[in-house]
Amino acid sequence: MTFVRRQALRGGLSLGALTLLTGCDLSDHDAVQRVLARFSQWNDKVQAAIFGPDRLAPTFPEAQAVKDFRYNAWYGPDKAPRLDSADYRLQLAGRIDDKRAWSVDELYALPQVSQVTRHVCVEGWSMIGRWSGTPLRTFLERIGADTTARYVGFECADGYYEGIDMPTALHPQTLMAFRLSDEILPTKYGYPFKIRIPTKLGFKNPKFVTAIYITDKQPRGYWTDRGYNWFSGI
Amino acid sequence: MTPIYDEQRHPLSRRILHWVMALSILVMIGSGWRIYNASPIFGFTFPDWATLGGDVEASLARHGDPGVASAIEWHFAAMWTLVIAYLLFVLWGIVTGHFWRDFLPVSPRSVIRDMVDALRFRLEHRLGEYNAVQKVAYWGALAAVAMMILSGIAIWKPVQSYPLELLFGGFQGARLVHFLVMAGIVLFLLVHVALTLLVPRTLLAMVVGRATELRHTVTSEDAR
Repeated sequence: MTFVRRQALRGGLSLGALTLLTGCDLSDHDAVQRVLARFSQWNDKVQAAIFGPDRLAPTFPEAQAVKDFRYNAWYGPDKAPRLDSADYRLQLAGRIDDKRAWSVDELYALPQVSQVTRHVCVEGWSMIGRWSGTPLRTFLERIGADTTARYVGFECADGYYEGIDMPTALHPQTLMAFRLSDEILPTKYGYPFKIRIPTKLGFKNPKFVTAIYITDKQPRGYWTDRGYNWFSGI
Repeated sequence: MTPIYDEQRHPLSRRILHWVMALSILVMIGSGWRIYNASPIFGFTFPDWATLGGDVEASLARHGDPGVASAIEWHFAAMWTLVIAYLLFVLWGIVTGHFWRDFLPVSPRSVIRDMVDALRFRLEHRLGEYNAVQKVAYWGALAAVAMMILSGIAIWKPVQSYPLELLFGGFQGARLVHFLVMAGIVLFLLVHVALTLLVPRTLLAMVVGRATELRHTVTSEDAR
């Protein structure tokens, strides 16, 4: 009885503290962070449930595609890793039949499609661009990836790492994008390719991809390790 | 003559839902301001102390993020408590007749009359009765939260909810609507709290469920 009352009292006190909304203290409490993380995991499940595997992101007229696309990273464009096509090899790992590494030329010889879609940043800005490349699904089928696995993970040359759910990986608009505005992907945008996913927030679109792996263990992500929601679908 | 008391009653369900919504809305505003700061729509940002999402400097030092990650976690946690409480509140309001009984009828003429009286400080507050301006304000607040939910879905899930965003003129339009309606809600809160401070018994009623007040002027109508 007293325990319950004490719990209620403590609950009341924390509610009171919340209304102060000073911001500084409350968010940085471990207990608060745990509750918020619980909500975030619940949101992952909700998002996976409402994700339509065949529902297409809106596409736009070519004229709306921005030529000078916004550069975005935690480092400046001059610090972007310069990968050399001579020694670049895409590494494959996990539940894949044919794990031989791929050169840039081999990748660029894959069948390609184009899309004019909108990049939506978690910060709120958005930008329409024209991307061309191979549907990730086509590539996964080509290498004999086990598409019954739950996740696809990515490692990048700039130390970035990301991962997505298999339904999103198999979505028809999820591309290995080799070109932006019909030009070979410039270094700062992720040469030799970025994963372009119009059904995810921008940070779930990794650049400079150097390895792809298939797994049942949820891959970590650079920004999700810093508190951003894992699924981050749109 | 027997004294006549005005009385205000709020059943427990209404009080709980009111406070869950109040708290959720405060969290949504504080965290929303931090998220807004990451990519401002207008030429200003909100001061960090007024936003929710932890220590900005510490967060930047720790992992190069100004607490937007925390703010988004708050925002997407409180959205559940707000939406659930709001839907229950609307359902209760309709089913129990609270909305029809207390917020209707409200004619444009009565709103103008009460507004003019209020601005002249002549509008008498009677506990348990809502004047026309209050009625309109409560309908407005209910509509505003509905707009926040709709524009919020268009921002959170522009692809899955497509073409919902077109209702707001696209994704950026939805952001703008979400911001402007937020400003309206903040305005409502300021007035709502200020009036509560003027008539503290209304706060008492919303906390303990009942408040009474001796009626100031006894009219022949009351005596009937």
